[in-house]
Amino acid sequence: MGELANPKNVIELDHISKTYGDFVAVHDANFSIATGEFFAMLGPSGCGKTTTLKMIAGFEQPTTGRVMLDGVDVSSVPPYKRNVNTVFQQYALFPHMTVFDNVAFGPRSKKIDEKKIKTSVMEMLEIVRLSEFAARKPTQLSGGQQQRVALARALVNYPSALLLDEPLAALDLKLREAMQIELKRIQREVGISFIFVTHDQGEALTMSDRIAVMSQGHVEQIGTPEEIYRTPSSLFVAGFIGSANLLPGTVESRDGDDVVVALRVGATVRAATKGAVFSVGDKVSVMLRPERIKPAATVEVQGRGIEGLLTDLVFQGATARLIVRLDDGTEMTCLADSSATMPQIAPGKRIAMTWDSDCGFVLAGWPDKAGATTTDIDHIESTL
Amino acid sequence: MMRIRSKVAHWALNIFAGLGLLYLFTPIFFIVAFSFNKPKGNFNIAWQEFTLDNWMHPFAEESLTRALRVSLEIAAVSTLISTVLGSLIAIALSRYKFRGSSGINLFLVLPLTTPEIVLGSSLATLFLGQNFIEFGFTTIVIAHIMFQVSFVALTVRARIRGFDWTLEQAAQDLGASPMRTFTKVTLPLILPGILAASLLAFALSIDDFIITFFNSGNVVSFPLQIYGAARVRIPPQINVLASMILFLSVAVLLSGTIAGMRKEAAKTSAAKPKRRILNKSA
Repeated sequence: MGELANPKNVIELDHISKTYGDFVAVHDANFSIATGEFFAMLGPSGCGKTTTLKMIAGFEQPTTGRVMLDGVDVSSVPPYKRNVNTVFQQYALFPHMTVFDNVAFGPRSKKIDEKKIKTSVMEMLEIVRLSEFAARKPTQLSGGQQQRVALARALVNYPSALLLDEPLAALDLKLREAMQIELKRIQREVGISFIFVTHDQGEALTMSDRIAVMSQGHVEQIGTPEEIYRTPSSLFVAGFIGSANLLPGTVESRDGDDVVVALRVGATVRAATKGAVFSVGDKVSVMLRPERIKPAATVEVQGRGIEGLLTDLVFQGATARLIVRLDDGTEMTCLADSSATMPQIAPGKRIAMTWDSDCGFVLAGWPDKAGATTTDIDHIESTL
Repeated sequence: MMRIRSKVAHWALNIFAGLGLLYLFTPIFFIVAFSFNKPKGNFNIAWQEFTLDNWMHPFAEESLTRALRVSLEIAAVSTLISTVLGSLIAIALSRYKFRGSSGINLFLVLPLTTPEIVLGSSLATLFLGQNFIEFGFTTIVIAHIMFQVSFVALTVRARIRGFDWTLEQAAQDLGASPMRTFTKVTLPLILPGILAASLLAFALSIDDFIITFFNSGNVVSFPLQIYGAARVRIPPQINVLASMILFLSVAVLLSGTIAGMRKEAAKTSAAKPKRRILNKSA
């Protein structure tokens, strides 16, 4: 990466790694975040996302590589001299100060004129809708209000980027959903890049412009929510983002961008590759999203689908969730329009599952466990 | 049957507790009571008649007053130094994990568990073997600091256990230098603990006899003065000054407790039902 990369990038991580003794927390993270972008780092706990965030904030120094902020190498600059601000997971509001003094802490550290501070603090409290709480102490606020104080306290400094460490994790579900929308609104209003760490894939899909999916210190994939959902780069990403049926098989032949896969359960299906090259005989998995599968009472698949025994049917309002056991014991999930499905199909019957030819997606390797992954399907539904 | 038995047990417990308290407070009661006595002769040990004279002239005994002043000076200097040192040790021990921190823990407890006679005599030997400091005010202050540091460090450490250190990160994140972080965030939050520790250190310094005795040279502190004078005479002013010290410490203790209770009450009354506890040390 050159000295002057894209000037539109606020943050550039230049091949950064972080190791603690033998433990590799982050391995060769190499990506940029553009001005005004809402960027999520997503992964299970221990994947290195928080460590990456801390390296951007300055609380950790990368073992190798450079952190570039506004085009300048800040790798060895202490946190209080970096123009980024953090919203901490437990907010870390100063309990001995009022809301106003909490928000004014940053500007006062920069020795800005007290009159100007008052205007900008009140302006920021206005944006987070807490003006009337300025004189309160943090302990006198609810969790959601404390969260917004933490936001205002960070944003009042007009940082180049705002770092958010699992900011919604401490809120209950209802408040969390409200805050997701609120965060988006505030981000649009101030136009600052938000870099957001979360283990909640639904949250990442709803809010982000781009997502970096991380696992065991590695960045698995970076892309828009839709790219990551439709064309995951690995079995891990496919299973972690949304719900996926992963069916193991081997490549039988190639046909342009598509391949024909002989599934282990016996059927032969076509699936898309999105540019990845596979050879005949490769061990692959075909990924099918539950909502793309069309269930039918007739057992006539003819190479375009598979059949199995319907073991369970859960009515969920607009949709119905079908659990289907294939002949080799693999369980699959599919989501269907409940009004169209319910009358004809009942548990205990054999059904066929078909899909449009562009719905199956090929991934290298076999999953540890064939069939449906267990991420929360309802959450995906509400977000897509 | 059971009810009667439990009632008896209840009363027995109360009587037992009462006797225990009586045992603890009787000497203190006598000290205060005899400050109002008008003794015959040199020894204020038998009740004669009630008088306010002693309280009207608490500083009538010049040598005693001088000794008290010396003690207060020693306590002020040693408390100031030991509070700073002890608090820094406590912060370092709870803030950072470093090699040798468990060893430091042991060293902190040692002055508390070592008999004072050992501390006092070994310090005296140490001072005897050098030519820089003469026995006197300085050696007493050094001796007091030695044991006060332990008390301060242990007390402060206990009070700041559970302190949310991400607050320091938050301050730095908001552009505060390490110095500003300490003065604006860390210090104000741990100040109550430090004040409590310094009061304890002050009281220990005023109170100390054995270690002071070994290292005092010609300087006479309040306890040394009383001890020395007791063979010749016990003036009622001793009781008056002792009562003053007693009332002062009770007043400080009470005001601390009341302030704490008020803070707690304000917190619970203002908080909303869904309030989350962010910081227990607050």
